Amino acid sequence: MLELKHIGYTVTDGDKPIDILNDINLTVDERFVAITGPNGGGKSTLAKIVAGILPPTSGQILLDGEDITHLSITERAKKGVSFAFQQPVRFKGITVHDLLSLAAGKPMSVSEACSYLSEVGLCAKDYIHREVNASLSGGELKRIEIATVMIRGTKLSIFDEPEAGIDLWSFQNLIQVFENMHEKKGGSILIISHQERILKIADKIVVVANGTVSDIGTPDVILPKMLNQSGPCSALTDKLK
Amino acid sequence: MDTIEKTLLEAVADLHSVPEGAYNIRANGELSGRSTTANIDIVTKTDKPGIDIRIKPGTKGESVHIPVIISQSGLTELVYNDFFIGDDADVTIVAGCGIHNSGDDESRHDGVHSFFVGKNAKVRYVEKHYGDGDGNGKRVMNPHTVIVLEEGASMELETTQIKGVDSTKRVTNATLADSASLVIREKLMTHGDQFAETDFTVDLNGEDCSANVISRSVAKDRSKQRFLSRINGNNRCAGHTECDAILMDDASVCAIPEITANHLEASLIHEAAIGKIAGEQLTKLMTLGLTEQEAEEQIINGFLK
Repeated sequence: MLELKHIGYTVTDGDKPIDILNDINLTVDERFVAITGPNGGGKSTLAKIVAGILPPTSGQILLDGEDITHLSITERAKKGVSFAFQQPVRFKGITVHDLLSLAAGKPMSVSEACSYLSEVGLCAKDYIHREVNASLSGGELKRIEIATVMIRGTKLSIFDEPEAGIDLWSFQNLIQVFENMHEKKGGSILIISHQERILKIADKIVVVANGTVSDIGTPDVILPKMLNQSGPCSALTDKLK
Repeated sequence: MDTIEKTLLEAVADLHSVPEGAYNIRANGELSGRSTTANIDIVTKTDKPGIDIRIKPGTKGESVHIPVIISQSGLTELVYNDFFIGDDADVTIVAGCGIHNSGDDESRHDGVHSFFVGKNAKVRYVEKHYGDGDGNGKRVMNPHTVIVLEEGASMELETTQIKGVDSTKRVTNATLADSASLVIREKLMTHGDQFAETDFTVDLNGEDCSANVISRSVAKDRSKQRFLSRINGNNRCAGHTECDAILMDDASVCAIPEITANHLEASLIHEAAIGKIAGEQLTKLMTLGLTEQEAEEQIINGFLK
């Protein structure tokens, strides 16, 4: 179980402090929790704070009751936090097989790698010896990134906008991946997404806007509210009239 | 052969014992073993130190190993090795130099390797440099490689220097005839106060010939590297040179690509990138449970693989 208590994150622009996150309180105990909300609302910052990539300015992070607020990225990873980047990193010379083995923490056999790659819709035969470099497309990298998190199978898996940069056809398969993961995998999935189809399968939706949790609840409560929102401000709607 | 020499041999030629096929092992300036085959002859030069390696036309799938090892501190040598590769041959040549210096004097091996590659012949040339030993004496290697590719000939040159060589200046000159092709892959890692200089000159003289010169290097500590790659396009040809370097600590890397097109149909490209390890690469591997140091090792190992 992940608990966030009064998490704040402030940066300074010159002398002026800017609150990116302000007093976030959240518990992730369910199997599948989705965070959504407008761009620039602080979702990715929150995910990075949980993974240890950014240090919170205030507040406390607990994993299964243990305070991990001041642990490094590596220590949190070892305690069971995994993080799939919104923009996966490229490595010259490191092959898909190498990266999957690093994720598994041990040399991985081709057949094991194959089973994970096929779950994200990639054929191991075509990919296993490829370098994780610029020769792979954004969608391919994204699926490999998702596979690295699946392999770890930790108690908390965070996905930062897995649908970003994926074409429509691949997106259909991606939904399937998360549906399968929802059924099979132990531990909790925390996923940042704008996609209704991903939000729909969540046990809980957390809406983060302007650096705070603005709403929280099950999809049947949250989704209708989001879809019925007034939409763009009057400056835009007036022009469209 | 003693343990030190065996270790050197393993490091430079991946050899645990005497190799299969043709070989010539030079240890501490003297011949330590030689074997020839029906198609590959090795003869000691009479006018200067070194050997002539003659490979008959049409020889397929054979290999030649010519490792050099020095374990005697203060030994310096200049050796000429000439390879005559017959038309249509397809061979692998493995060379390498290992120096173990536990004394205070400089140990040095300067090798001049010349390759005369016949029509439509294919050569894969693998060369490794390695140094160890805890003495104050420097371990120095200055390889000079001359490559002449005749019509339709192709050569792949893989050169690796990962550890323990204090100073190296590598000079490679290649000339290519019609439809010949040359690929050079250099991998280099320097540490401590080491210095490594690479100087490639490729003359693309023949019609439809091509060259690809790729260097990947890592410079650590206070080491210095200098990479020069000169490609001259003198006919309808294609040339590409690329230098990619990871910089660490207080090291310095200088990359000087020079491409000259003397023919309208010459197509030449150069690329060079020098920089430290990207922070996000470290972060990604740390989210997989690696420490920062382990992540750095993995990134460098992959880069130089």
